[in-house]
Amino acid sequence: MYNRIYILHFPKNTSNEPIIYQLVKQYDVEFNILKADILPQRDGLMILELKGTKANVVKGLEYLEERGVKVERLAASVRRDDEKCFQCGVCTGVCPVGALSLHRPDMAVLFDPDKCTGCSLCVPICPVRAMELSLGQDALTEEIGS
Amino acid sequence: MSNIQKTYEEINARIRSGEAVVVTAEEMVDIVRAKGPEQAAREVDVVTTGTFSPMCSSGAFFNFGQMTPTIKASKVWLNKVSCYAGLAAVDAYIGATEPTEDDPLNKIYPGEFRYGGGHVIEDLVAGRKVFLEAKAYGTDCYLARKMQKEVTLADLPYALLCNPRNAYQNYNCAVNLSDKTVYTYMGMLKPHCRNANFCSAGELSPLLNDPHYQTIGMGTRIFLGGGIGYVTWHGSQHNPNVPRTEGGVPRKPAGTIMVQGDLKQMSAKWLRGVSIMGYGNTMAVGIGVPIPILNSKMAAYTGVSDADIFTQVIDYGYDYSNGIARNYGEVSYAQLKSGSIEVNGKQVPTAPLSSMVKAREIAETLKGWIRDRKFLLNQPAQLLPDADMIGGEGSKK
Repeated sequence: MYNRIYILHFPKNTSNEPIIYQLVKQYDVEFNILKADILPQRDGLMILELKGTKANVVKGLEYLEERGVKVERLAASVRRDDEKCFQCGVCTGVCPVGALSLHRPDMAVLFDPDKCTGCSLCVPICPVRAMELSLGQDALTEEIGS
Repeated sequence: MSNIQKTYEEINARIRSGEAVVVTAEEMVDIVRAKGPEQAAREVDVVTTGTFSPMCSSGAFFNFGQMTPTIKASKVWLNKVSCYAGLAAVDAYIGATEPTEDDPLNKIYPGEFRYGGGHVIEDLVAGRKVFLEAKAYGTDCYLARKMQKEVTLADLPYALLCNPRNAYQNYNCAVNLSDKTVYTYMGMLKPHCRNANFCSAGELSPLLNDPHYQTIGMGTRIFLGGGIGYVTWHGSQHNPNVPRTEGGVPRKPAGTIMVQGDLKQMSAKWLRGVSIMGYGNTMAVGIGVPIPILNSKMAAYTGVSDADIFTQVIDYGYDYSNGIARNYGEVSYAQLKSGSIEVNGKQVPTAPLSSMVKAREIAETLKGWIRDRKFLLNQPAQLLPDADMIGGEGSKK
């Protein structure tokens, strides 16, 4: 399962087509609206978490681009500075996708970058700022071919 | 077979001769379970404990040396963090929770509290330069009105880590039953009890392995911040008068210790400035206390496991800040560490604030020091006050 967060910019003149409905219907992706600011006669902005097979998410993003929606990955990646991290585990309580987890019984704090959606909730929660947000381009170019 | 009794002298003699058997508090759980306390007391001489987590009520006394003309500093800052200077001419105290003077605090809520007293202490022990500023009103014997200089820990003539309250014996499990997210010293708590945070090393925690303070007191030599320190008094808020399990373990926050040690032999690995969103900055402190197994009772105490240690579930959304003494059940550390507890009939995911990995590393390090004969046990001049003895003088009942 592929799970990522995107910022969608809707231009003023987006068609009246129900874009998100089509996204779900045609490409079988789950969505979670994290923020939406869409008003008549104005540029709209939506932050959306998409979940599905990687192929479907990529096709869905292509569909959005075809409709004139500008797509941006919210964060390319969160990385952990293993030198700074002292393995307290408080981040495991805020990570919504289990990318940060506790290994039992030794209670070591594990970070799986593949599961990380880049939501970055862990960044300010970490008491020693060991989680860093990097706005790299790799994932963006690879996924939507821009 | 008579009951085993050992003295500090006998244990130290065994350490000196390299014969002492030293195990961590985690290892002791299985030993006591398998062999019983009497046999465990015969076989084991010392149990090492450890804890590493944010500990408020920490800080350091320092002397920063005179200059010409001399100064009697009345205000002092290190890296813009205000220190307490009402001690003497060039003596001051830096507290771990003091934020930088220009920190936005919670004006942009929740504040990040990126830098403060704990971070200054970490910078000092890491060998980094720190900017010192002092102001004075000037006297006939101390003419100067201001001082500014970069200092390192090596430049300071004196630096003493002095923490009036560390190593809490047990701590609350925090939830939030209110309608909005709260940012507390127990971390971010989601509304409607959607997460629970806890903060104790459980079976590795120093005071949970000596619940009635039969070996810990004034003069106990300990691992402190990567170096050697001492327990110098009971900590502020030390409260032995709490409900306890049959094994004597407090069911809620109880005892605390005041600790001191020469900052110059400590390490930035074990004194870490920390920032707690929406609450403030403080310092994570590494402490390890060796517990001499003087008799079978101490073996039984140190055999305590996470399943035998309980704490209260406390609401930090309303109750805590309004001084309401109420709990939402009792949970064991075995349950807390399993990742989920039941509160009000609902499963709630848990997360720790105290590092078990580092606690274990401290207990192992202290074990290594004792095995290598670099660390001897010191018999306390006076034990910490036990129940109904607060402020009392003399020996334990």
